[in-house]
Amino acid sequence: MARPKPRISRESNIEFIDDKSGARMVHYGTRFREVVLPRGSRVIYPNAPLDPLGNPKAAIRYALNHPEGADPFFAQLKPGMKLTIAMDDISLPLPPMKSPDLRELILTELLKQCAEYGVDDIHIIIAVCLHRHMTGPEIRKTVGSKIYNEYYPDRLYNHDAEDLDNIVELGETDHGERVRLNRRAAESDLLVYVNINLVPMDGGHKSVTVGLCDYLSVSAHHNTHTMHRCHSYMDPRPDKSRLAKICNRMGEIVDKELNVFHIETALNNRMYGGQLAYLGRPETTWSEFDRAKFQGSCALLERLPESARRSFFEKIPSHYELTAIHAGATEPTHDKILDACFKQYAVPVKGQCDVLVSGIPFISPYNVNSILNPLLIQVMALGYLFNMYRGSPLIKKDGVMILFHPCHESFNRTHHPSYVEFYHRILSIGTNSYDIHQYEREFAENPDYIHMYRHGNAYHGVHPFYMWYWGDAGRAWVGKVIVVEPENLRVPKQLGWESAPDFNTAMDMARSFLGKPHPEVTMSHAPPIMIADVEA
Amino acid sequence: MRAAAFYDVDGTLVGANVIHAYAFYALNDSTLTGKLGRTTKLLASLPMYAVADRLGRKFFNDIFYRNYAGLHEDRLWVLGEELFEKVIQKRLYREMLDLIKRSRSEGYQQVLITGAIEQMVRPLARYLEVDAWFSNQLEIENEKATGRLCPPVLAGPEKAAFIRRYALENDLDLNACRAYADSGSDIPMLSTVGRPIAVNPDSNLKATANAHDWPIIWAK
Repeated sequence: MARPKPRISRESNIEFIDDKSGARMVHYGTRFREVVLPRGSRVIYPNAPLDPLGNPKAAIRYALNHPEGADPFFAQLKPGMKLTIAMDDISLPLPPMKSPDLRELILTELLKQCAEYGVDDIHIIIAVCLHRHMTGPEIRKTVGSKIYNEYYPDRLYNHDAEDLDNIVELGETDHGERVRLNRRAAESDLLVYVNINLVPMDGGHKSVTVGLCDYLSVSAHHNTHTMHRCHSYMDPRPDKSRLAKICNRMGEIVDKELNVFHIETALNNRMYGGQLAYLGRPETTWSEFDRAKFQGSCALLERLPESARRSFFEKIPSHYELTAIHAGATEPTHDKILDACFKQYAVPVKGQCDVLVSGIPFISPYNVNSILNPLLIQVMALGYLFNMYRGSPLIKKDGVMILFHPCHESFNRTHHPSYVEFYHRILSIGTNSYDIHQYEREFAENPDYIHMYRHGNAYHGVHPFYMWYWGDAGRAWVGKVIVVEPENLRVPKQLGWESAPDFNTAMDMARSFLGKPHPEVTMSHAPPIMIADVEA
Repeated sequence: MRAAAFYDVDGTLVGANVIHAYAFYALNDSTLTGKLGRTTKLLASLPMYAVADRLGRKFFNDIFYRNYAGLHEDRLWVLGEELFEKVIQKRLYREMLDLIKRSRSEGYQQVLITGAIEQMVRPLARYLEVDAWFSNQLEIENEKATGRLCPPVLAGPEKAAFIRRYALENDLDLNACRAYADSGSDIPMLSTVGRPIAVNPDSNLKATANAHDWPIIWAK
């Protein structure tokens, strides 16, 4: 590949393509592709990683001792009290970070202070909601061996949303949303929540109200009606995200009934580190060595079987670093972290595009150590990629999304058993969420899926519906989705998408659909994460 | 239309099988010579049973149940109750009990369908409060077991036939019915219903389950 040169103009981290521009790299599942964009296309790159805090341990201590709108953590500790620490699960961050995980650092400091103040009735709950339960080795990696050996499994465990004897109802909002939470958390003198805020959607009232609730509670906002009213998921203002608005209503009840101490963290976007760091930078900044590594990696990955490629990427941790940490009351803490999040992710963009081009990587929040199955490919495209904006969507109404992914029809049956049935049976009935919603309860109450969620490592039976609803806003907005180079043509078809053997064919299809010979083309060069601040 | 959940027993609901059950009978034979003789014969025959099971569950049953020849009917029933209390109840998969409870609350009839003998299954069925149960019956002559099973012998395809008959007689929608089993010999039974679930499957069933996207439950 010829080394791409920045051409014509560059607005911050936006580059425009001309005849002399080289190909751009896109993720293609566990492989990569190079794509030559049409002249005039723009490529939006994520911001460079922000400088991390110099001393994370000191920053953690400072946040606990100088909280927002609450007494310091140590001041809330009393001998004999009941303390529960809830924390985010394996879906954050992505990919899992190199050791020590930030949760280990925070838990270590929390437990140290607890010991100093004679607090020993402590439970640590992984707030999985309806996500799969983390395995012992995954928990060990997250919290570190010392904490794991001391607390697992009696006092360090996954939340069980189907253990109805241990779910209590805190109240109901004036809109009828029932707030039902983990009993241990609800009956504690102090509930601490440790957040990893990878994106602005994370944290705030969503942490406790979603992470520790049951199906009945989560269905108040994880539904197609709510998703259609989010513009976008990543814009937490209540008038923009109905999801955030409902979570806020429910969270107010939590804050009224419980003593909650939030710890929120912001990370930089150093997804790739070491020898792969170049993948997080624009191609124009790559050295010849980087280029050689890229070509070598591409060649090697092409020759490996899919399972080996997946294993390869699963072994590479992210290199995220802490850029901000705040603690205290829910809202002031969250507001401060949101500012830090947007400081890293927000990229100002002028104007929407007709055609949005992007690759789908190997990982999503729902397939850590697992397979990115067709429903997750869908959620990555229409749920996440589409929603990575504030203001207006990056893509115009009825525009075309061109994606790169091999689209294998493979599922991890341990993690995603109900996805298999949803994909084959429900999507054969229809793709409109309002039509297929009638089957949601059947999946949610399926005793086999409940068994696999509770006693195995399966996502809850209802979860594939949420994945589909998550794509609703994008599905309603985007006119056509075209997958380039799918290796199983049935997958795009089942998802309601079209396929093209190569990018040029996909562009021809887009031009024909749009009725424009020269559509405005934008490539979102993610990951790493970015959020387009779009001025339409 | 109504639906039912059909459960195989050995290996699916209970971590025990027909050999465990017979071993219990053998060890509790009323005479010392009988106890020694039956236990020794059982141990010596284990490799043969393994081979027989590979050749087919019906063939296995024909050979295996010969062990029961001569056991008194009354003794079989008494020991069946003891077997449940001392062995089966302790080896029940607790997680499957939770599943049965939820399945019942969802409106599914609960039905056991097993190749074990009725003396072993009846206490279990009573304990689980199932709606119906079907098991094999030892042929009894002069109050003693002959070592043969009464036809039709519940194994492999016969379980599927039972399920179809039961569904017809009880106006069940087979497509909405569920079936749970652990062995490749139960593939016909699982294939009969719309929702087959492999529980702790052997390699044969696991391969089939994976090929057909049947859910797999690992229970303990």
